[in-house]
Amino acid sequence: MNKQPVTGEVPLNQGGASSSSRFIRLPYRLEYDPSKRVNVWWITIASVLLALIVCGIFIAANGMNPFPVYKKLLSGAFGSSFGLTETLVKSIPLLLCGLGVSIAYRISVWNIGAEGQFAAGAIAATAVTIYFPELPIYISIPLMMAFGVAAGAFWGLLTAIPRTYFQVNELITSLMLNYVALLALNYVVFGPWKDPKGFNFPGTPVFTASQSLPVLGDSRLHLGLAFAIIVVVLYAFTIKYTRWGYELRLIGANAEAAKNAGIRISRHIIIVMLISGGLAGLAGMSEVSGVTHRLMYGISPGYGYTAIIVAWLAKLNPVGLVVSSFLFGGLIVGGYSVQTLGLPSSISNMLQGAILFFLIAGDTIGKFRLKRND
Amino acid sequence: MSPTISVEMSQICKQFGKVAANDHVDFSANAGEIHALLGENGAGKSTMMCMLSGVYRPTSGTIRLFGHSVKIRSPKEAAQLGVGMVFQNFRLVQTLTASENIVLGEKSSFWRGAKWMKEKQEEIRGISEKFGLAFPVDRPIWQLSVGEQQRVEIVKTLYRGAGLIILDEPTSVLTPGEADQLFVTLEKLKAEGKTIILTTHKLKEVMAAADRISVMRKGRMIRTVDKSDTSERELAQIMVGKEISPPRAMAKREKGKSLLSVQHLDVYAEHGRKALDRLSLEVHQGEIVGVAGVAGNGQKELAEVLSGLLPWKQGRVVFNGQEMRTASVRHAIESGISHVPENRMKSGLAGSLGIVDNLLFKSYRTKERSWLGFLRIGRNRQWSQELVEQFDVKTPDLDTPVQQLSGGNQQKLLFAREINRQPLLMIAVHPTQGLDIGATEGVHRLLANLRDSGKSVLLISEDLDEVMQLSDRVLVIYNGAIIGEMSREEADRERIGQYMAGLHDGGEEAV
Repeated sequence: MNKQPVTGEVPLNQGGASSSSRFIRLPYRLEYDPSKRVNVWWITIASVLLALIVCGIFIAANGMNPFPVYKKLLSGAFGSSFGLTETLVKSIPLLLCGLGVSIAYRISVWNIGAEGQFAAGAIAATAVTIYFPELPIYISIPLMMAFGVAAGAFWGLLTAIPRTYFQVNELITSLMLNYVALLALNYVVFGPWKDPKGFNFPGTPVFTASQSLPVLGDSRLHLGLAFAIIVVVLYAFTIKYTRWGYELRLIGANAEAAKNAGIRISRHIIIVMLISGGLAGLAGMSEVSGVTHRLMYGISPGYGYTAIIVAWLAKLNPVGLVVSSFLFGGLIVGGYSVQTLGLPSSISNMLQGAILFFLIAGDTIGKFRLKRND
Repeated sequence: MSPTISVEMSQICKQFGKVAANDHVDFSANAGEIHALLGENGAGKSTMMCMLSGVYRPTSGTIRLFGHSVKIRSPKEAAQLGVGMVFQNFRLVQTLTASENIVLGEKSSFWRGAKWMKEKQEEIRGISEKFGLAFPVDRPIWQLSVGEQQRVEIVKTLYRGAGLIILDEPTSVLTPGEADQLFVTLEKLKAEGKTIILTTHKLKEVMAAADRISVMRKGRMIRTVDKSDTSERELAQIMVGKEISPPRAMAKREKGKSLLSVQHLDVYAEHGRKALDRLSLEVHQGEIVGVAGVAGNGQKELAEVLSGLLPWKQGRVVFNGQEMRTASVRHAIESGISHVPENRMKSGLAGSLGIVDNLLFKSYRTKERSWLGFLRIGRNRQWSQELVEQFDVKTPDLDTPVQQLSGGNQQKLLFAREINRQPLLMIAVHPTQGLDIGATEGVHRLLANLRDSGKSVLLISEDLDEVMQLSDRVLVIYNGAIIGEMSREEADRERIGQYMAGLHDGGEEAV
């Protein structure tokens, strides 16, 4: 028998004491219940609240009162028309990338490469401005979109092909390809495409008006918002009403059963990754053409990664995606405004991480039931 | 010298919902013996052993271990009481080394440093040499062969001081050579006074290795016999039982045209194991052909080949006058083969989706259900509603996730979907597994109606009663080939049982 002393250590799924062991007896135990798969809506809310509380503790540890900080965060993001448009502007790439990863997550393809696909799209769209600088707007914008989508899709394909044919884990490849794309971006902006008149700033020349997406009035809100909204509607419609969407739902719910229904999963993985990458590429295009008007170093503050949290928070639901990308856009904008209080803007990164942490924990704990010990 | 009883389970009952997996079972094993627990799949032997190793708790009944009455609440407690179990699917961490796996769970084993680990490795090596259980102690598990992994599992139980070792279907994953080696090891363990319990359905092994044999059937303990007092033939007899189940009264039918003809089919499953070996069979229109056999003799692969999931190496499959050339699920569905898979929640239904989506499974590509790539939502709902009523599926509404339905209603839903497509051939694998009597009767009625309407059914089941009640013809599968065929009139338990055990009929060579 195991001679190790057992001193009162009680794992949660442990039954409790018997006559022969020296466990402490707990009145309840957690029991895994595989049939309990219903997602409870309040877990999402509770995760956000818990994240706020935990981050509040960190803020307090920094010597600040968390309440005014959160208030500043909120008013910075949603309290003024400037803040609100900025939030919307930030939520465009989040929504597009979030849609991209959502469609992949639907069939359990864990694409975490939206960041790289975003960069690939941004580079390809910029390539149009570099090599065909004189095109009129009605040609250059569609061409930039096509290039952006194609490059993102290609970046997604680089993950999909090893996954389908050689069973290479897509988490690894998509993550690694992020670095490849970001380094390629750095190369072009520090090297061949650097603006000669840019005082050595790592960025391409500023786009002309015919290379920029139209904006709403004199705000910074650009046409990318329309793209995002159209894609959300298409996504919702496709999943619910089309044959292809049905196949995706089936694969997501039970891949084994989907095979029995005659669905070829490998083909779906490739198509879905093309779309997933293409949407992130579109986000990259709309960001350079609509917001920064040039390709530059550090163009994405991690949109592709934040999009993963956006998708998870929304549970891949289209309405949820709109809401959560808006919230996270606000979080980024609010993060900038808390800097005026003397806190680092990475406070919003901390909040994002904490939210994802509690969401995943909630998903796991939700599969257990509390049972009374007999 | 009377043997010491090391484990005694008395009047054990285990209830899973409405189904009784164990019904007042008595079982005991002695120190220094190899005790085989024999029975078909679903006979309740694994459930018994899971209760002994703390995975399940009995609904009622008592367990005495080494002379003390005990309540085993978890595998950890079982280990502390000296019970070790080697599961069919090993519980090993692939990336850790063999010795790390063995000390895993020991308090703070990873903080003890290299010296401690070295000592432990020596200790483990000592145990493994003593019992002839050689494996490289410092290699990660994924580099070991299946046989070596099993040895790691056995040494793990010994290291934890197990006096009682349970092996669940130990030879199902081993090559014949590895199996022989295992039995040598078990003899050595026996000589040390350990109690060994094997669960198995392989008669040959039982006769080769065990001292005593307990046979279970349908959740009950039938008999415990000494090896010296019995024979393979008798064991097969006990295993399949004697009670006569009257065949279902069915209208006599003229033998129809040949619908499915399978000739000399060779199929390889994973790891290059030959699953079907020159298997041939014929199904005619309007008949139920039952395929009986002990689990793992190729039933799963047969069903998968015919439903287009598994490619075959050699042989011909002709269905409805057309030769099938490649494995394609789509093609099988379109040519009228329907498949009720073995495990409905694993491969037949999508648990988190609603009734409509689950009914659409195989027909969503047809014109009635979708148009230009768009699903006909309204029409499909109405159609689903009709099917739910026709097949009497009890559900709160059409959007309820099917995992919330009872097993019987899930199976009704599955049959509703498959029968609605008007298949020419239905392949039903264990269609009543886990269902209560009422639901079983319902499924049997559906199959019989299908046959009476001129369709054919290939009924693959381990439940001999079911096969005998329903089938017009009974085939017996053994080692990937059909070795026995009987008409409804000829089929009796004794003959089927002998074929199932791989024994020949009255000295004749099996086909």
